Amino acid sequence: MTDTAHLEAHATGHDAHAHHEPTGWRRWVYSTNHKDIGVMYLVFSIVAGIIGGLLSGVMRMELQEPGIQIFHGLAAMVYGVDGATALDAGKQLYNVFTTAHALIMVFFVVMPATMGGFANYFAPLMVGAPDTAFPRINNIAFWLLPPALLLLLMSLFFEGTAGTTGFGGGWTIYPPLATTGHPGPSLDFVILSIHIAGVSSILGAINLITTVLNMRAPGMTLHKMPLFAWSVLVTAFMLLLALPVLAGAITMLLTDRNFGTSFFKPEEGGDPVLFQHLFWFFGHPEVYIMILPGFGIVSHVVSTFSRKPVFGYMAMAYAMVAIAFVGFVVWAHHMYTTGLSLDVQRYFAAATMVIAVPTGVKIFSWIATMWGGSISFRTPMLWAIGFIFLFTVGGVTGVVLANAGADRALHDTYYVVAHFHYVLSLGAVFSIFAAWYYWYPKMFGYMYNEFLGKLHFWIMFIGVNLIFFPQHFLGLSGMPRRYIDYPDAFAMWNRVSSIGYYVTFVAMVIFFYATWEASRKKRPAGDNPWGDGATTLEWTLSSPPPFHQFTTLPKIESTNAH
Amino acid sequence: MVTGQFARKMGAVFAAVLASAPALAFAQEVPKGHPMAGQLHLQEPVTPIMDSIVAFHNGPLMWTISLIVLFVLALLVICMVRFNAKANPVPARFTHNTLIEVIWTVVPIVVLIIIAIPSFGVLSDQMTVPDGQRKYLGSNIFSFGEVDVPAPGLTLKISGEQWYWNYEYVDQGVAFDSNILSEDQRHELKPNQPRLLAVDNELIVPVDTTVRVQVTSSPSGVIHAFAVPSFGVKMDAVPGRLNETWFNVRETGIYYGQCSELCGKDHAFMPIAVRVVTADEFEAFIAAFKESRDYQTAAAALPAFN
Repeated sequence: MTDTAHLEAHATGHDAHAHHEPTGWRRWVYSTNHKDIGVMYLVFSIVAGIIGGLLSGVMRMELQEPGIQIFHGLAAMVYGVDGATALDAGKQLYNVFTTAHALIMVFFVVMPATMGGFANYFAPLMVGAPDTAFPRINNIAFWLLPPALLLLLMSLFFEGTAGTTGFGGGWTIYPPLATTGHPGPSLDFVILSIHIAGVSSILGAINLITTVLNMRAPGMTLHKMPLFAWSVLVTAFMLLLALPVLAGAITMLLTDRNFGTSFFKPEEGGDPVLFQHLFWFFGHPEVYIMILPGFGIVSHVVSTFSRKPVFGYMAMAYAMVAIAFVGFVVWAHHMYTTGLSLDVQRYFAAATMVIAVPTGVKIFSWIATMWGGSISFRTPMLWAIGFIFLFTVGGVTGVVLANAGADRALHDTYYVVAHFHYVLSLGAVFSIFAAWYYWYPKMFGYMYNEFLGKLHFWIMFIGVNLIFFPQHFLGLSGMPRRYIDYPDAFAMWNRVSSIGYYVTFVAMVIFFYATWEASRKKRPAGDNPWGDGATTLEWTLSSPPPFHQFTTLPKIESTNAH
Repeated sequence: MVTGQFARKMGAVFAAVLASAPALAFAQEVPKGHPMAGQLHLQEPVTPIMDSIVAFHNGPLMWTISLIVLFVLALLVICMVRFNAKANPVPARFTHNTLIEVIWTVVPIVVLIIIAIPSFGVLSDQMTVPDGQRKYLGSNIFSFGEVDVPAPGLTLKISGEQWYWNYEYVDQGVAFDSNILSEDQRHELKPNQPRLLAVDNELIVPVDTTVRVQVTSSPSGVIHAFAVPSFGVKMDAVPGRLNETWFNVRETGIYYGQCSELCGKDHAFMPIAVRVVTADEFEAFIAAFKESRDYQTAAAALPAFN
C-alpha cells in the first residue's frame, strides 16, 4: 500500500479510469461488476415476472365463472383439436399453466430479484466492499439463469402426457404424476431447468457468503453489519443447504423416469412419499429464502423513513437466524395428509408453531422502530408498512395451518393458496417493490415520480387483497386447489378474486409507466435523497455509484454501533 | 364461537343476496354436505371429528389470529398518526427496551401453548381409530373427551383411480366404481344434485356407525386424496400405501367431497359423494349388493333420494 495517491485518485475521480470500464454489450455479457450483474438480475426478474403474471391472468380469467371458458379454446388453437379432445387437452393445459406460473415466480422472479438483484447490488455496498468476492462466479451465476428459464419455457412445447405438451404436475413435481403420469420429455426439461437455476443459486450463495464474511470494511464487525447484509448471509446459507437436497431429489426423479431406477416407484419397492420429504426439505426453507431478504429490506426502509435506528438490532438479526434454523426442521407440515403417524404430526405441528415466535419479534420490532419516529410516507415506506400488515395476515393463517388438526380441513384448499400468496405475492413482492423504490434513485441516479409510485402502491394493495382475501373463504368452505372448474357455490368469491387480478394488472401497468417516466424525465436524485434516516454505506456514494467503489475502504467507527 | 356465529350470519347474508341468481339458488336447499353460495366458513359438521375442527378453528384459532391482526393494525395506525413527520418532527433515538422485548417473546409462546392444547387433542382424535372405550372431544375441545364413539362396524377400502373412485366393502367382498356424472346425465338422472359433485354411484354407509377407511391408490396410478369436508376427513391415496382414517356420521343425507391432491387432467372431476342411510336400509342394500353383485340393482332397493 505504498501507492496511496493512486488509490485516492481512484476513490475520488471515478471518471479518471475509463480505460477499465467496458462499454456496449461487453459491459453486460462479460460483466464481473456486481452492480451491473445486479441490474441484469432485476431486468431478468421483471421479464420473467411478466410471463408468470400473464399465466396467472389466464387462470383467473378461466376461474372467473364456473365451467370451462378459455382453456378448451386455447387447447383447440394450440393443438388443432376440437370437441372432447380439446376439452381434455384444455384441462391438462390449465395444470401446465399453474405449474409454470409457480416455477417461474419462485425460481425466476422472486429469487433473482432478491438474492440476485438487490443482494448482488447492495450487500457489497452495505458492507463496504469494492465488489463481490468472486466476480466471475457472479457472472456465470447470472448467465445460467436465462438458459434455465429458456429450458422451462421450452418444456411447455414438448410432450407431457400423451397428445399434450408441457408438464402439469404442479411445482411440487410429486411422483408418480411426475413419472408415469407424464411420460413425455417435458418434465425432463423442467428438471434440467431447475438444476441449472439451482447451480446458479448455489454459486450466487457461495459468492455472497464469502463477500459478507471476508470483505467487510475495516471496523464493520458482524454485529455492526446492516440487517439487509445479515438477511443475505442467512439466506445464502439456506440456499447452500437446501438446494443440493432438491438437486438430489430431482436427479432421483430423472433417473426413475429415464434410467430404470425405482426410488419413488411403489411397484418396484420405492416410495412416492420419499420424494415429498426430500422436496419439502428443500421447499420449506425455500419459502424463507424468498422472504428473508425482504425482512432485511423492510428493516432499512422502516428505519430510514422513521428517521430512527432499527429497534432491537441483535434480536432482529438472530430472529432471522432462528427462522432459518427452525425452517429446516418443519418440512413435513406440508404433508399432514400423506399418512404420517400421530407422533410425527405432533412434532411437526409443535416445531412449526415455534417459528411464529421469532417472526413475531420481527413484526413488533419493525413497529417499535416506527414508534417514536418521525415518519415520512414516501413510496418505499408505504410498501414497507403494507408488507408488515399483509405479512402479519399471511403469518397468522400460517399458524392456523401449522395445527395438523385444523390443516385436515384446509390442506390442499384455496386457504393454502391464500396463505402462501399473502406471504409471498403480498409479502415478498411488496418488499421487492419497497426495495425498488427505495434504491431506484441510487441504482439509476434519477427520482421516480412520487405520485405514480404511491398510485402503484394503493391500486396494487387493493388489487392483491381482492384477489387473495376471498380465497380464504373458498378454502374454508372446501374448494380444493389446482381446479380448473368448481361447484357453483364457489362462484361468487372466485369472481371477486378475478376482479382483483384486473385491478392488480392496472397497478402493474402503472409500475411500468412510472419506471418509464422516471427514466425519461431524468430528475437527478443526488447521493442521498432520503435524508439523515438513510445511514448505510450505499448512501455515501454517488447515484448511481461509481463503476468501482470503495477503492479506499471506508472505516466504520465504533460509535456507529446500532 | 362468536366469530363462528358471526361468520355464519355473514354467510347467510351473502347467500340471501345471491338467492336471486338461479344457478346458485339450489345451494341453500341442502344445508349440509356441500358448500353454500358465497360461504365464508367451514362446512357444517356431521361427525365428532369435524365438530372438533370447527370448534377449534372458530374458537381459539379465529380469536387469536383476528386479535393479532387487529392489534398489529392498531399499532401501525397509532404509529402513522402519532409519529408522522408533522406530528413528531424530532425522532426519538431509543433502540432497546428489554422489558418489551421479553414480553413480545414470552406472550406469543404462552398463546401458542394455549393453542397447542386443543390442537393436539383434535389431532389425536383424528388419528386414533375408535376402540369403543376412548372418549372423543367433539365440540368441547377443552374437555378430556366426552363423546362416545363405537368401535368400527364397517371397513371400507377406497382406491383413487385416474379419474374416479373405487369403493370396496372389505368384509362383504363387494366393490364398485364411482364416476362423475356428465351434465347431460346429471340433468337426466339427478337434477337436484350439484354440478361437479353428483356421481353415478354414491358410496353408501350406515348412520351412527364407525367406518374404518383404508385409503390407497391404483398401484400403477398417481396420488389422489380422499376428502369429505363435512366429515373432517382428508387422507392421501398413495400408490403402494394403505392409509387409515375413520368417520362416524350422525345424520342421514348425502355429503360431498372432491379429490384433494393434484392427479392429472380430471383432478377437478372425480368428486366423492357419500350417502348416509339408516342401519336397516344399509343392511338391505349390502345384502342385495352381495346377492346381485351389482351396485345399481342394490341401490334401487334404497328409498328414492332424488
